[in-house]
Amino acid sequence: MNAITILFLSIICLGLFLSFLRMLSGPTAPDRAVAVDTMTTIIVATLVLVAFILERYIYLDVALVYSLISFVGLVALARFLEKGF
Amino acid sequence: MYYLGVVVTGVGVLFLCLGGIGLFRFPDVYNRVQAGTKCTTLGAFATIIGVGIMEPTWFWKTLIIALFILATNPISSHSLGRAAYKSGTELAEGSVVDMASEFEEYSEE
Amino acid sequence: MSKVKSFFYLFSVLFLVWLGFTATFQLQELALGLTLSFLLSLIFYKTYVNIGFPPLGIKRFVFALIYIIVVFKEIIKANLDVAYRAVHPKIPINPGIVIIRTNLNGDVAKTVLANSITLTPGTFTLDVIGDRLLIHWINVESKSEEEATKLIGERFERYLRIIFA
Repeated sequence: MNAITILFLSIICLGLFLSFLRMLSGPTAPDRAVAVDTMTTIIVATLVLVAFILERYIYLDVALVYSLISFVGLVALARFLEKGF
Repeated sequence: MYYLGVVVTGVGVLFLCLGGIGLFRFPDVYNRVQAGTKCTTLGAFATIIGVGIMEPTWFWKTLIIALFILATNPISSHSLGRAAYKSGTELAEGSVVDMASEFEEYSEE
Repeated sequence: MSKVKSFFYLFSVLFLVWLGFTATFQLQELALGLTLSFLLSLIFYKTYVNIGFPPLGIKRFVFALIYIIVVFKEIIKANLDVAYRAVHPKIPINPGIVIIRTNLNGDVAKTVLANSITLTPGTFTLDVIGDRLLIHWINVESKSEEEATKLIGERFERYLRIIFA
């Protein structure tokens, strides 16, 4: 944990925070879904970065499974939105 | 090699942040999908590959995760965009043209 | 494509995916992966024939490599473009929804085209029906169908036509 990793993590946190604001304030339901989509991608990248910082190989498996599950969940959510709420 | 990895990761992190900014600032759903897909896809790809370069024994695993993101991210954003259109979300104020009424499936409604 | 051939294609694809996901060469993992991919390819080999993957070949392989390089170049251009629009104080966008045509046959080819369009500058695919694609364009340069096809789809289609011929 040195200065450059702290810098990287804080830049990621800014992006994550802005998407989170969009998720809270999005005027329509698809806006929120898009924000969640962006957030999951950012979180997968963050998990890989955290795996490098803490030197835990197992976190890579966590990132892989998280991206699988979020993909399936988002497609299901999109099918639900398409048929009307 | 280590510093190359740091640079690649830095570029990726920057694009992730820009994706968040674009998502926050753009005016309607479709433009937000553009920002949220393109920037975060390249951002996540570069971040993950950069970690793989910094830690060469992890390279194959990180390559698998990065390719998976590259393949699935456009699909989920495409289905979200179509869901937004079919559930009747309007385009933003300054939009130029909307040809969708000439498209077969949408013209009947 | 004969059934045996499609069975072995599916079996090797599944086993390669298993090797990539587990990333080990321990005997137990290999045995479990072989069993699972054998069972899955026994169940699904008929579906795999119907999807219609093209047979392998040297020319296709070379053009697929060129295609990957072209797509990567376009992805980087797309990111710089969208990032510029995102940080510019006035947000210089000019959005609209246009229709383009494609000459490609086959679902796999159309899926690859739609995904490539999604990842490239300023465009993303909303829907595909038959030979027409509904595209959201962040900076509309032309409203007519022919010119939009030329501007958006042509740079990928000339490679995909050879790969999926």
